[in-house]
Amino acid sequence: MTGHDHDRHHDHDHSELSETELRVRALESILTEKEYVDPVSLDLLIELYEKKIGPRNGVRVVAKAWSDPDYRARLLKDATSAISELDYSGRQGEHMVVIENTPEQHNMVVCTLCSCYPHPVLGLPPVWYKSAPYRSRAVADPRGVLKDFGVTLPDTTKIRVWDSTAEIRYLVLPMRPEGTEGWSEDQLGELVTRDSMIGTGLPRQPGEVA
Amino acid sequence: MDGAHDMGGVRGFGPVVAETNEPVFHAEWERRAFALTVAMARPGGWNIDMSRFARENRPSEDYLSKSYFQIWLAGLETLMIERGLVTREEIEAGKMLFPPKPGIKPVAPDEVTPAIRRGGPTERRPTAPALFNVGDTVRMKDIHPTTHTRLPRYVRGHLGTVEMNHGCHVFPDLNSQGKGENPQWLFTVRFDGPELWGAGGDPTLSVSVDAWESYLEHP
Repeated sequence: MTGHDHDRHHDHDHSELSETELRVRALESILTEKEYVDPVSLDLLIELYEKKIGPRNGVRVVAKAWSDPDYRARLLKDATSAISELDYSGRQGEHMVVIENTPEQHNMVVCTLCSCYPHPVLGLPPVWYKSAPYRSRAVADPRGVLKDFGVTLPDTTKIRVWDSTAEIRYLVLPMRPEGTEGWSEDQLGELVTRDSMIGTGLPRQPGEVA
Repeated sequence: MDGAHDMGGVRGFGPVVAETNEPVFHAEWERRAFALTVAMARPGGWNIDMSRFARENRPSEDYLSKSYFQIWLAGLETLMIERGLVTREEIEAGKMLFPPKPGIKPVAPDEVTPAIRRGGPTERRPTAPALFNVGDTVRMKDIHPTTHTRLPRYVRGHLGTVEMNHGCHVFPDLNSQGKGENPQWLFTVRFDGPELWGAGGDPTLSVSVDAWESYLEHP
């Protein structure tokens, strides 16, 4: 048992630890004792994914694409390179493709086989993205899935679902809402939601932000 | 393998329920299980395809009843036991009973950020021209490997159109078995809704998968 186990803060105030929690703690202490892992590295990994790598990054990409036509063109042509211009790269985003929503076509991203998701721009996936209901229905009944998210698209809009079965990671570029002419990138960013970059939601409308 | 993880098109799982203001992790053990899994890959010597297979290769009932990070934990235990890094006795006892396997070097703190930012690109130099071109009509092979594959059941046997060529990428079906990277051309193949789901399928729907060359055949 290493010292750092003692100063861990818990999210829940229940004193009885679950079987899984005990199993993970024991495993970490075994791996630390065997010197396979450095607990400081584990702390750093967690901090990276809780503080640095998240949908805020994707918001910057979308807001820039909305306000800079040259950037948008680069993003649609070579997303990995355009995203790295903003200093986002790496694990689970090595090969990025950005797909653009249009009035004719709405895009939605899923991983039916596991949980593939573009980490550098969206962070770790939410539970629903990894869940059986989403993974099973997104490819067969995407309009039903959208309804679960409170989104209804016109019957004439085509729906395109991208199943991430390889190491290509997809980010949806939603349509820039009307009535945002002259808005700064920061203002536009307020309209971009995580779900709008997965395709299960639409951006906020100008009236929805103060 | 034709397992419970291959969920596309399966009915009966109910509605998608999203959590508002969802945290990245829901418990401390999820944080640690995630970090342990990521940090053990290099010292453990397995690749991403081996870890995916370790997670999906379990009884269906187990796969469907465990939470996401419980599956990660189970996969990590499997990978380590297979390589003699820890024993099942040690995991059950919750303490080290045998000396560590020699020559294992942990990921040092100063390596963490560079390693995550670098990731693990899978594109490789082509060694032969592609057998399919963008615009080609192709049929997905109807194969049922008992080992790892990234060809989902719901597209097998169906006709699609090659829409993108992503270059040559590490082939998971063999890489997961430790048989080398064997890079192959990787394509995005698009299918119409009714082709996949029958006459009742949504005609405004199209679905694509990313498929390696050996998953495809000329119709």
